[in-house]
Amino acid sequence: MKISQAAQILEGTILCCEEFKDREVISACGSDMMSDVLAYAKDQAVLITGLCNPQVIRTAVMMDMLCIIFVRGKMPTEEMIELAKEREIVLISTPRRMFSACGKLYQAGLVPGGY
Amino acid sequence: MAECVHLEYRVDGNNFVSAGTATESVKSFLKNMGVDPKDVRRVAIAMYEGEINMVIHANGGYAYADIYVDKCIITLVDTGKGIADIELAMQPGYSTASDEVRALGFGAGMGLPNMKKYADECIIESEVGKGTKVTLVTNFS
Ligand SMILES: Nc1ncnc2c1ncn2[C@@H]1O[C@H](COP(=O)(O)OP(=O)(O)O)[C@@H](O)[C@H]1O
Ligand SMILES: [Mg+2]
Repeated sequence: MKISQAAQILEGTILCCEEFKDREVISACGSDMMSDVLAYAKDQAVLITGLCNPQVIRTAVMMDMLCIIFVRGKMPTEEMIELAKEREIVLISTPRRMFSACGKLYQAGLVPGGY
Repeated sequence: MAECVHLEYRVDGNNFVSAGTATESVKSFLKNMGVDPKDVRRVAIAMYEGEINMVIHANGGYAYADIYVDKCIITLVDTGKGIADIELAMQPGYSTASDEVRALGFGAGMGLPNMKKYADECIIESEVGKGTKVTLVTNFS
């Protein structure tokens, strides 16, 4: 699906890099522990997380991810948005909680890309 | 291109925001060099975990990258508190990180295991009270 569709499904707000919202994403991973993302993620293009600090952006960069979705209405700081912009990573904030956000996207066809 | 490129970075121990900049710089260098993206990511993950460790456990240090045509050697050197039992520290889940660090998304005790998993060689030398040196060798496929 397109990043814009993911945002729509989650009633989320795109916070930056709107120009890349048509990028296609196939798989996602959800975690609040960045080391787990680094250990287990494969080629997931989307990171769904309740953690909100600059290292979330860095982790996504290391994993070549295209989009980060913050759950529970978490709002990244200006500093984080700047980091994401420079690296062309789309940031989305959704009021949904982790389980519900993951479930909705799974149902809509995003795959886990791992076990 | 020269036979070996040497890159050096100071890693600020008090700055959780800038943590990862050294790794990002090495990552883009390797990418621009045309290294296989899978190998670039392996280097990036292992180095990033090491860089984060220097920030959260050792009050910063220095990161060096020696890049050859067929491999990359990352060396992370700090003068922090050192690791008393390296074998124990290598166990998945083992961590002495504070709750504060954990709330930042690290401190799951997966850093050293991740380095071992992604690098072809991971050498840890440490002396309590003196510091730690981590060497990560990644061969390009
Ligand atoms: N550079 C370092 N200096 C001092 N201690 C370290 C360093 N790197 C790792 N350690 C020790 O090894 C433990 C395990 O490291 P790691 O696997 O990265 O887990 P984590 O960083 O999540 O605690 C740390 O909790 C810490 O006690
Ligand atoms: Mg660690």
